[in-house]
Amino acid sequence: MNLSRREFTQLLAMAGAAGLLPSCASSSKSLDKMYDIPNWGDVRLLHMTDCHAQLNPVYFREPNVNLGFYDAHGKAPHLVGERLLKRFELGNDPIATHAFTYLDFQNSAEQYGKIGGFAHLKTLVDKLRGEYGKDKTLLLDGGDTWQGSGTAYWTQGKDMVDACNLLGVDIMTGHWEFTYQDTQILKNIEDFNGEFLAQNVRVTEDALFDDAPAYDEDTGHAFKPYTIKILNGHRIAIIGQAFPYTPIANPKRFIPDWTFGIRDGDMQELVDEIKANEKPAAIVVLSHNGMDVDLKMASVVSGIDAILGGHTHDGIPKAIEVKNSKGMTLVTNAGSNGKFLGVMDFKFTNGKMSGYNYKLLPIFSNMLKADVEMQTYIDTMRKPFLEKLQEPLGVAGTLLYRRGNFNGTFDQVICDALRAVHDTQISLSPGFRWGTSVLGGQTITMEHVLDQTCITYPETYAREMSGEQIKLILEDVADNLFNKDPYYQQGGDMVRVGGLDYALDPMGSAGKRVTEMQLDDGTKIEASKNYKVSGWATVGSKAPGAPIWDVVAEYMRSKDTIDFKKINSPRLVNIKDNPGIA
Amino acid sequence: MSISRRSFFSKLGKSAAYLAVLSSIPSIAWAKWNLKAFTAPNLDAAIKINYGDLPVIDSDLVNLKAPAIAENGAVVPITVESKLPNTKSISIFVPDNPGPLVAKFNLGPSSVAKIKTRIRMGKTSEVIALVEADGKLHRARQAVKVTIGGCGG
Repeated sequence: MNLSRREFTQLLAMAGAAGLLPSCASSSKSLDKMYDIPNWGDVRLLHMTDCHAQLNPVYFREPNVNLGFYDAHGKAPHLVGERLLKRFELGNDPIATHAFTYLDFQNSAEQYGKIGGFAHLKTLVDKLRGEYGKDKTLLLDGGDTWQGSGTAYWTQGKDMVDACNLLGVDIMTGHWEFTYQDTQILKNIEDFNGEFLAQNVRVTEDALFDDAPAYDEDTGHAFKPYTIKILNGHRIAIIGQAFPYTPIANPKRFIPDWTFGIRDGDMQELVDEIKANEKPAAIVVLSHNGMDVDLKMASVVSGIDAILGGHTHDGIPKAIEVKNSKGMTLVTNAGSNGKFLGVMDFKFTNGKMSGYNYKLLPIFSNMLKADVEMQTYIDTMRKPFLEKLQEPLGVAGTLLYRRGNFNGTFDQVICDALRAVHDTQISLSPGFRWGTSVLGGQTITMEHVLDQTCITYPETYAREMSGEQIKLILEDVADNLFNKDPYYQQGGDMVRVGGLDYALDPMGSAGKRVTEMQLDDGTKIEASKNYKVSGWATVGSKAPGAPIWDVVAEYMRSKDTIDFKKINSPRLVNIKDNPGIA
Repeated sequence: MSISRRSFFSKLGKSAAYLAVLSSIPSIAWAKWNLKAFTAPNLDAAIKINYGDLPVIDSDLVNLKAPAIAENGAVVPITVESKLPNTKSISIFVPDNPGPLVAKFNLGPSSVAKIKTRIRMGKTSEVIALVEADGKLHRARQAVKVTIGGCGG
């Protein structure tokens, strides 16, 4: 069942009558006015992030495993399900439950319909800017915009650049944007009507010596680090912070001239410099650090009013206030896949930020009319690719999704496909946090497979690896996820495995988290023995095999119902009473 | 390869800058290579051979800049700056490298106590900077992770 806009409105009204709506939606009396946000304060910043090139509405299930330890234990974003609802005082309201959690996902998704879509987003953005006064607002995009769909891959991100220009994005930063060849990236940035900012991307000294293009040859900044916008008479500084570990988490070979890093020392210097020279009313960082890194950076660097964050795909309903040596910095994270739009209103007194009002609005596509111009653009752009995208591959036997610290159900299908097609004992698949969800009973199309796999280094491999090497890979990724210090985390999830079971102690020290490795049939993995392993997304050099989407499609075409026998999720140790798992 | 006039002069300018840096390194930097110190198998031995029994203290006046996670373990950029007035030498140690002493810079009284270099790291390790000044070793340290990469979200 899929609700029409009218039915949906009625449902909202009933939920409201029962007092179930979250504060973000219940403030107005009539519930079909969920998107009527009162004008408050002096300037309004709209924030979207990590849409992963999803131009049309999709399903996206939030995780039921998002573990945090040490200082992050039990704190946002490491809360799932009811614990998250409780922390943000959302009660058991069904709208908030569906937007922010995985609870009863299949049923709720059937009821509420899809989320996101640029045509629906455009309607909301135009409304929120129009009501407030366009010259008092900005639309910020935290990146991971040009990658994640078949059309983005085939057009090298250009479809998204044009869509963002139509949407009216003023400023962006990036991460997956950097997985195209550098020349293509620079061309896309040139075609982008807004500004592309990154204080933490520098041209290497060697490349500068060879006359590689740079925004500033003296400082080495590859891109403009910050910009000043005057809104409603107030000077607002926006600093860009790209994903600090791009050349490690993704191939360096596409961007050999650029070097990244968190560079929080440089961030502090830049903030101080902006304060002294630009006299801004507010300094805002548009960040792709990931929420844990943003929280730490907010405590280390002072003088930033707000960090509007992304990367870790955490749909966090409220802004987190982080204390530091000179005051307080707000940290937000606005989810992924076009599911949310963050609205940050600032009030200024005597040239300083004196109050804020933040809402993270879920984009229920059935509740927002599609903007005609945007939808026409999307449909026209997709036309040449439509036949390929719409190829049916099978019917989902169960809800298929990726997001979560360990194997999602769609990951299991990908891992099973790799093992079947490449005839290997074990398979490995990266722990990306993007990839849309497919409801049980829904027909899986090539587009869904591309949504899960579309990257610029999609080639697969099958080769011998020793038990020791396999353990090294698991340990290495586990440390990137569970290192005690957020600055040493990369913000992805655990590598997905097929045909391999293991036990994991996230609180173990580096190199000592993984034990009890065994094959599906219970045979213990021996360090010195060799095993046949398949995988994809190699960052070091190009793998020799077919692209992963062709492997998965081939596997699916051979079956009617797409299902799996077992899920290779690790046995977890030391997670008792952790509110990041349900 | 053809080279534009602008590019030629820009390169020349940059080379000149690098030459200037090189020539400003005091002659003392070319002192005898301390084979024993550079081949010492562990941190304590490497420090002792270099500095004898000078006391080691942690110092905020030593600024060590290193990446938290290396983009390439073969060339990890390291900057060490000393704000101590009588800095005599700066050395860099990587305890988990086969030879923990990676570099030692002897500085003259007119040198600016700031060095920048690239080091090779085989695996994740702490990086330690020791600044010798006024008969003490002033220390700054930071872990640098060397990872196989991939799987980023």
